Amino acid sequence: MTAFFEFFVRFLPDMLKGAGVTVLLTAEGLAAGFVLGLLASLARTYGNKFWRGVAVSYIELFRGTPLLMQLFLIYYGLPGLGVTFSRELSAFLALGLNSGAYQAEYLRGSILAIGDGQMMAGRSIGMSRIKTIWHIILPQALRLAIPAWSNEPVSLLKSTAVVFLIAVPELMAKAKSIAAQTYDPIGTYLAVALVYLAMVYLLDAVLRWIERATRIPGFEMEGRKA
Amino acid sequence: MSNPILETRSLTKIYGKNIIFKDINLKVNEGETIVIIGPSGTGKSTLLRCINLLTSNEGGQVFLDGKEITAKGYNQDEVRQHIGMVFQNFLLFNHLTALDNVMIGLLKVKKMPKAQARQKAMEELKRVGLEDRADHYPGQLSGGQQQRVAIARALAMDPSVMLFDEPTSALDPELIGEVLGVMAQLARDRMTMLVVTHEMGFAREVADRIVFMEKGSVVEEGSPDDLFYHPKHDRTREFLWKITELYGKKEKKRVQKNDRLF
Repeated sequence: MTAFFEFFVRFLPDMLKGAGVTVLLTAEGLAAGFVLGLLASLARTYGNKFWRGVAVSYIELFRGTPLLMQLFLIYYGLPGLGVTFSRELSAFLALGLNSGAYQAEYLRGSILAIGDGQMMAGRSIGMSRIKTIWHIILPQALRLAIPAWSNEPVSLLKSTAVVFLIAVPELMAKAKSIAAQTYDPIGTYLAVALVYLAMVYLLDAVLRWIERATRIPGFEMEGRKA
Repeated sequence: MSNPILETRSLTKIYGKNIIFKDINLKVNEGETIVIIGPSGTGKSTLLRCINLLTSNEGGQVFLDGKEITAKGYNQDEVRQHIGMVFQNFLLFNHLTALDNVMIGLLKVKKMPKAQARQKAMEELKRVGLEDRADHYPGQLSGGQQQRVAIARALAMDPSVMLFDEPTSALDPELIGEVLGVMAQLARDRMTMLVVTHEMGFAREVADRIVFMEKGSVVEEGSPDDLFYHPKHDRTREFLWKITELYGKKEKKRVQKNDRLF
C-alpha cells in the first residue's frame, strides 16, 4: 500500500499534466457539442423538412457509429481527400461532433416536454417564433434537460481516453507511457483510474450545483422528500 | 354601436375531413362582452385560436379595427399584440415570476424601457389584485392566482380585444369566483371581450350578448334575457337546461359565498 502511495505521488505531476489535457478536451468537446446539439435539436423540432433531414442525418450518423471510427476517419481518412487536421484538432472535432449528436437528443427530449402550450402563450402576446424559443422555451427546456444531460459530461470525459490512439498526450496516453517506463501496469492503471474517479466526482459536484442554482422556485424537478 | 372592433366573415376551419366550424359570422363592438356557449367539441376554442391566428383557417376572413388580419402577408406577430388571449390552462411562463410574466411582452415585443415596463406590469398586477404576489413564480401560486396573472399578462399589451378560452374550466370551484370577478370588472371597465365559458351565471350577468354554438355553427345569438328566457330554438333551451342543471348547484353556492361579485 505504501509502495502504491509512493508510486502514485511520484507520477502524480505527470498524470495531472495528462489530466489537464483530458479536462481541456472534455470542455472543448462539450462546448462544441452543446452548440451543435442545440442547433440540431432546434432544427429537428422546429425546422422545415430540409433542416429536419439534416439534423436527423447528423444525429443518426454520429450516434450510430463508434467514436473511435469517427476519430480515425477524421485523422487518417480525411488526409486522403486532401484535408489534414492536427491530432488535437482531429480529437476536438471527433469529440465535439459525437457529443453534439447525443446532446441534441437530450435537449430535444426536454424541448418536447415543454410543449406547444408555452409556444402558443408566447405567440399570443405577439412574440415571434424565434423570440418565443429564445426567451420562453429554451430557458425552461435547458433547465429540464440538466438531470439527463448530466450524463454527457461524465461520459464524454471518459470517452476522451480513445484519443490516445492518435497520440494526443492526455491522461490515458500518459498512463501508457508510465506503464511502459515502470513495467507496472497494475499500479499505473489503478493510479490513473483514481485520477479519472476524482475528476468525475468533481464534475458531478459541479453539475449538481448547476442543477440547484438554476432551479425554479415552486417548479420542483426533484422528488419531494416524503 | 355599429363599430365592430372584431369581425369574422364566413370563418371556416377544417381538419382533414372534419369540419370544425363553418361560416361563422361574428361582430364584437367596442366595449362589448360576448359570451360563446355550447357543448364540448363544437369548435369554440378553435374559433378563438383562429381569430388570434394561432391556427390557420380554411376560408373566411377576420377583421380587427376594420383591417383584414387574415390577408396574405399581414404581420401576424404584430396583430397578436392587439388581441389578448387567456387560456384554459393558464400557460404562464414557468421560469418567470408573476411580474416578469407580465413584463416580458413589454420588454421583448414592445421594446419598452425596463423601468417603465416594470411600472406598467405592477399596475396590471394591481388591476387583478396580485401586486403582493409579484415576486412569486407560477409554481408558488394557486390556479386562480395564476389565471389572474395570465389576464394581467394579456392586458399589459393594451389589446383592443381580449379572448378568454374557458378561463375557469381548470380551476377548483372555490377559485373560480376570483377569476370571474376580475373578468366582470374588466367588462364594467368596457374592455372588449369574447369569452368561451360554461359559467352560466357569468354569461347571464355580464354578457351583452350570448352566442350559442353547436356542431360548428351558430345556432342562436341574442341578449342573455332572450337566450335564457325566450330561446328561439329547442336546442338552445335543451342545452341551457342541461348545463344549468349540471352547474347550477355549484354556482349557487359560490354566488352566496362570493356575493359581492354578482
